[in-house]
Amino acid sequence: MSQTSKAPSPIGGATQPPAKIEVALTVNGVEAHLQLAPWTTLLDALRDHLDLTGTKKGCDHGQCGACTVLVEGRRLNSCLALAVMQDGAQITTIEGLAASDALHPLQQAFIEHDAFQCGYCTPGQICSAAGLIAEGKAKTSDEIRELMSGNICRCGAYPNIVAAIEQAMAVMRDKS
Amino acid sequence: MINFEYARASSVADAVRQIAMAPGAKFIAGGTNLVDLMKEDVERPTRLIDITRLPLQAVEELSDGGLRIGALVANTDLAYHPLVEQRYPLLSSAILAGASQQLRNMASTGGNLLQRTRCHYFYDLVTPCNKREPGTGCSARNGLNRMHAILGSSEACIATHPSDMCVALAALEAKVHVLGPAGERAIPFADFHRLPGDTPQIDTNLRPDEIITAVELPAPGFADHYTYLKIRDRLSYAFALVSVAVGLDLDGGLVREARLALGGVAHKPWRDPAAEAALRGQAPNDANFERAAAIVLRDAKGYPYNTFKIDLARRTLVRALTQAAQGTPQSQSNKKIL
Repeated sequence: MSQTSKAPSPIGGATQPPAKIEVALTVNGVEAHLQLAPWTTLLDALRDHLDLTGTKKGCDHGQCGACTVLVEGRRLNSCLALAVMQDGAQITTIEGLAASDALHPLQQAFIEHDAFQCGYCTPGQICSAAGLIAEGKAKTSDEIRELMSGNICRCGAYPNIVAAIEQAMAVMRDKS
Repeated sequence: MINFEYARASSVADAVRQIAMAPGAKFIAGGTNLVDLMKEDVERPTRLIDITRLPLQAVEELSDGGLRIGALVANTDLAYHPLVEQRYPLLSSAILAGASQQLRNMASTGGNLLQRTRCHYFYDLVTPCNKREPGTGCSARNGLNRMHAILGSSEACIATHPSDMCVALAALEAKVHVLGPAGERAIPFADFHRLPGDTPQIDTNLRPDEIITAVELPAPGFADHYTYLKIRDRLSYAFALVSVAVGLDLDGGLVREARLALGGVAHKPWRDPAAEAALRGQAPNDANFERAAAIVLRDAKGYPYNTFKIDLARRTLVRALTQAAQGTPQSQSNKKIL
């Protein structure tokens, strides 16, 4: 990018839309090359440009966790991440958690524990829980609750969500 | 969000060069606060300079026993770093008391220092706010000010600084290393953030053409007697009404050194050298803790909805000092306050 800076318009910002930028993302193992405006969030890139609508837009301000995905294996709020800044990154969304036909242990556990009601927060809950298990910091239910506090469930399925995560942790520990 | 241009910095020197050439540009690292403020049109940069690929990611031991933390070290990586957990558990605890794990994974050390107030009038474009638009007035003074400052506020602004990490860094007497066109300088933590005075739009003494490169901690970490006690409206993932960071050095039943810093009560992490001095050489008991708390709060001033915070701050100070003295720091997962 070599544009010279432009005078701000009355509401600020550049006077003309800057050129789109090529962004390479590997999403669920598939490499995608997108032309994106700099202000496109990772969430909007996934939903609107790659048709991966499993990741949900809740508050769009990093407060609810519905947009949680894994970037390089770490959970983050995709609504606050600019897609251009993720160029070259490996991203896993809810669509990419399961191995072929088998559900991910977290998906299986959420079903068995009825860990949702309306389901809107569920993709974010499950991706966040996958990040939590990879971090390995949560050993007790108190710690699970604390480290899942960035995922809000307005239906209030929290007890079942914690139970599902505990089950998945045990299943994944036994397998490893 | 408004239109803006995007550029990457190829080196720290290049970042400083780029920001000098583009008035209206901002650096972006984690973006957790900046992108949110841009969505609200509170921040309207013409260009974002992405610094996330710069080599400011290391945590290194210093020869004087201190620790140098690169400006781009993520909050989670810092909180769980073995040297931080062992030697500066106050810092680990404060970081884990703030935000959510997703946000801590994104947020950087330097960015945490530069986050802006969560005063709802600052976010609300239709109400006057001297911090957002200087000279328009403060809506919080006579508005809903339950979350607002009780110490160091001004006619112009009663906003609070939202960080938990910075409260610990204030108590630990960190230094902020910055680079600008004139070269490097180190800013003592107490001088980094500002009180609002007549210029609440200026949060820090970092100049617009400077970049934070590192935060350095001196050797004393108070690992045996510390706590970070945060009081808030819900147990997790909420900003502090009042928080207290304490580090004590006890010797033969007396306080040799005391560090106190408060969050949620002022425009910057609040230190009070007179209160700390009053504890030195004294026994770590309730009477002395009450006396120190009274000194901290001697000039506290409440507004219609936040006067409760003065008494809350007093009790939080005493409880935090007790936790630190007993060597029983507040857990950030089991929230029962002992």
